[in-house]
Amino acid sequence: MKIDSIYELRFRLEERYLRCLGPFTGYDFTNLYWSLRNETLTLDLAYQQEIMISVQQVSKQYGQLRAVDNISFEVKEHEVLVLLGTSGCGKTTTLKMLNRLIEPDSGTILIDSQPIENRPVEELRRSIGYAMQNTGLFPHYTVAQNIAVVPRLLKWDRSKITERTKELISKLHLPSDCLEQYPNQLSGGQQQRVGLARALIANPPVLLMDEPFGALDTVTRTKIQQEFKALDELKQKTIIMVTHDVQEAFDLADRICLMDKGRIVQIGTPRDLLHRPTTAFVTEFLNAHRLQLEFKSITLDQLWPLLTDISTITEAPTVPVGLNLWRSMEKMRALAAPALTIVKKDEKKTVTFEQLTSAFNQYQNSPVQ
Amino acid sequence: MNEHQQTLWEFIGQQSDKLVTQTFEHIGLTFISLLLAIAVGLPLGVLISRRRKLSGPVLGTAGILQTIPSIALLGFMIPVLGIGPKPAIAALLLYALLPIIRNTYTGITGVDPCVREAALAMGMSNVQILFRVELPLAMPVILAGIRTAAVINVGVATLASLIAAGGLGEFIFGGISLNSTNMILAGAIPAALLAIVFDFLLSRLQRLKLTTLKRASALLPAGLFLLACFYFVPSAYAGKLIAGFTPEFMGRQDGDLGLKDKYSLKIHTVVISDAVMYKAAYLKQLDVISGYSTDGRLKAFGLIVLADNKHIFPPYYAAPIVREDALKKFPKLEQTLNLLAGKINDSTMTELNYRTDYLHQSPEKVAKDFLVSKGLYQLPQEASGEPVRIGSKIFGEQYILGAMYTMLIRGYTHYPVSTKTGLGGTKICFDALTNNQIDLYPEYTGTGLLVMLQPKQKVIDSIEHDPNETFQYVQQQFEQRFNIRWLKPIGFNNSYALMMRQQQAKDLKIKTISDLKRYLESK
Repeated sequence: MKIDSIYELRFRLEERYLRCLGPFTGYDFTNLYWSLRNETLTLDLAYQQEIMISVQQVSKQYGQLRAVDNISFEVKEHEVLVLLGTSGCGKTTTLKMLNRLIEPDSGTILIDSQPIENRPVEELRRSIGYAMQNTGLFPHYTVAQNIAVVPRLLKWDRSKITERTKELISKLHLPSDCLEQYPNQLSGGQQQRVGLARALIANPPVLLMDEPFGALDTVTRTKIQQEFKALDELKQKTIIMVTHDVQEAFDLADRICLMDKGRIVQIGTPRDLLHRPTTAFVTEFLNAHRLQLEFKSITLDQLWPLLTDISTITEAPTVPVGLNLWRSMEKMRALAAPALTIVKKDEKKTVTFEQLTSAFNQYQNSPVQ
Repeated sequence: MNEHQQTLWEFIGQQSDKLVTQTFEHIGLTFISLLLAIAVGLPLGVLISRRRKLSGPVLGTAGILQTIPSIALLGFMIPVLGIGPKPAIAALLLYALLPIIRNTYTGITGVDPCVREAALAMGMSNVQILFRVELPLAMPVILAGIRTAAVINVGVATLASLIAAGGLGEFIFGGISLNSTNMILAGAIPAALLAIVFDFLLSRLQRLKLTTLKRASALLPAGLFLLACFYFVPSAYAGKLIAGFTPEFMGRQDGDLGLKDKYSLKIHTVVISDAVMYKAAYLKQLDVISGYSTDGRLKAFGLIVLADNKHIFPPYYAAPIVREDALKKFPKLEQTLNLLAGKINDSTMTELNYRTDYLHQSPEKVAKDFLVSKGLYQLPQEASGEPVRIGSKIFGEQYILGAMYTMLIRGYTHYPVSTKTGLGGTKICFDALTNNQIDLYPEYTGTGLLVMLQPKQKVIDSIEHDPNETFQYVQQQFEQRFNIRWLKPIGFNNSYALMMRQQQAKDLKIKTISDLKRYLESK
């Protein structure tokens, strides 16, 4: 989690403690891991943040093949963890074990500190959102019926279902007249949004996504990915997403879990994987896209202190400070704009392309990572 | 009998009552069995889609059932389920099973695995997945299976008439036996129309949209049940005794028609195949049957013949009938066939029939034993040239006679022999003869008179009482009209007869057909 200032940190901690621990008793900073860089704080709140999902020494074997080989990892609340790897690396098997579509041979999985096998399997699944590559929409149900599957299983009122459906389709930019249509009447991108609406409708705290954008063309995929990042609904969710697309992983992940042959090779932030690879495999895996990934792993916010405002150019497209460098540059090139105006709260800085590249170099070469 | 050639339309008009009844019975049989087949097949299909290991054995078994000849399957059912609708429905059910099980299985296993996985991941239970996802999606395929089964059943249901379950088969088989094309068509055309109409209606159901299909699939069982009820509409009758007559007997002047005309006999009658009739009487499924007086099963099943005190059953001499051109082509043929003339009397024939029908000796063995005992048997000689083609109808006596003629021709001449036995009823056999498919077969004078020649009633009345006059008339007419020669009679008389179980006849003190009528009208 990136915290902009010490004030915001205090605010976030207060909020968190009040929510998690009940009455506010005071801060415990002893276990906080700080990383201070100029005015920007990067805080690792590992011990304060609740652990939502905990996978402990889980294995799954198919005949001679060890699909998943003794893996352990944790996912914090509201975190996006991407399981990344080539096909057959065990990432999908790992995902499907979380909602018991596949039962592990050994090991324990806890969701919200509860072993998942303690709950009735249908109840568990209804509390976990699930979106998949081929949408898995029911062809004989209308869009509205498809979205309402889980609430109907949970026996919600009709009016509550209608209300929530309307809310979701507007958030997901689906046309309202699509509700009475059948999935095969929609475009691929729209089907994927319906699939997402179906996964989100019952407001599950955990969302599992199995290559959700894999079946889409690149243009649609990029568009949906951006919307996905911007969607408020999703900021309140713990998300585990499977993909083989390195770019997608770097675009969407808080942390990436790189897998190979059923084992975890490295788990960490995108920058960890880029700059502190644990094995040669990690380096090799990322090499093909290294430069692009480096651009993607840095937000404008991180470069903020290195940028100076040039007031000579007055008309420039504006971007939020949370955007990554790659997307910012893409936007400049796409619009053929000589400069960008970066908005950070009340402050604004207008910068040129050259300024951004030189700030990037400076940032890369600075001693503290 | 006929003043002029009756048209199909006239026949249908005349028989409209029967036609309506038979059509209802046919629809009823088809749909009761279809309903039961769905009730059994659908769950089985679902089961094997869940436990794939069972799919091989289950589909295999249903496939084997499908290959059992229908008439054989009906035969197997009689000891267990008797005669009438029960065994017919059971047999039809078994035939309808395969397409329904297979299509249910194919439909469900064909559901996109992604959709199934999504349903599972949404937290649906197995039952919910089945009813909300798998069955609705598999429904078009399942309906296609039901459609196939319905069409199969309309076809196979014609055979139900062979075991007294009614249906349009009564006209079809009656027509074949009686050489009446009108009667065959009066059964066959409605049967074909039924198949086409059902297929069309079910195809409409199949084409409905997925949403309406949901409602339609709820209506389907109700609709089928309604159609199934048709069967019970005409069967609201009962009687003291049940008679089972063959389709041929039903339509003959020296059969049911004569019983009605001359005896005014009113008895609850079902139509049944000759192949199962005797056994059904023995098993007390039937009380009165129309049999042949020399039938071996008479002895085997403890039946007695009721005396025909008003002489409606003319005596039937059995004799080989041969194409004239065959007699010219095979000069020694007539002489050889006549070796058997006058050699077999009634009781001998009954005995021979008894040995094949009840002791299950092969017709060849029975024929050979008889020829040896009469000193007629000779070892086969070397043969060459074109074969003599011998036909026979599809019952034991004809097989034995066929075997005897084969042995005689092989023993006394150099002609090779080919046999075409089991040519169904009279019509099929006679058509084979006139169309030069066979050269000869054993026939009965009464059949020749009443079925093939169909002279005016006056002629029949004048010659019927005398077997010899009948023989001469038939011989002369066949020569003229068909160029077919009746050779010398074999000796025995095989006429139609009404029969009952010995014990029952004794208990009810019935000895003649008039006694039977009196008993039925008492109380």
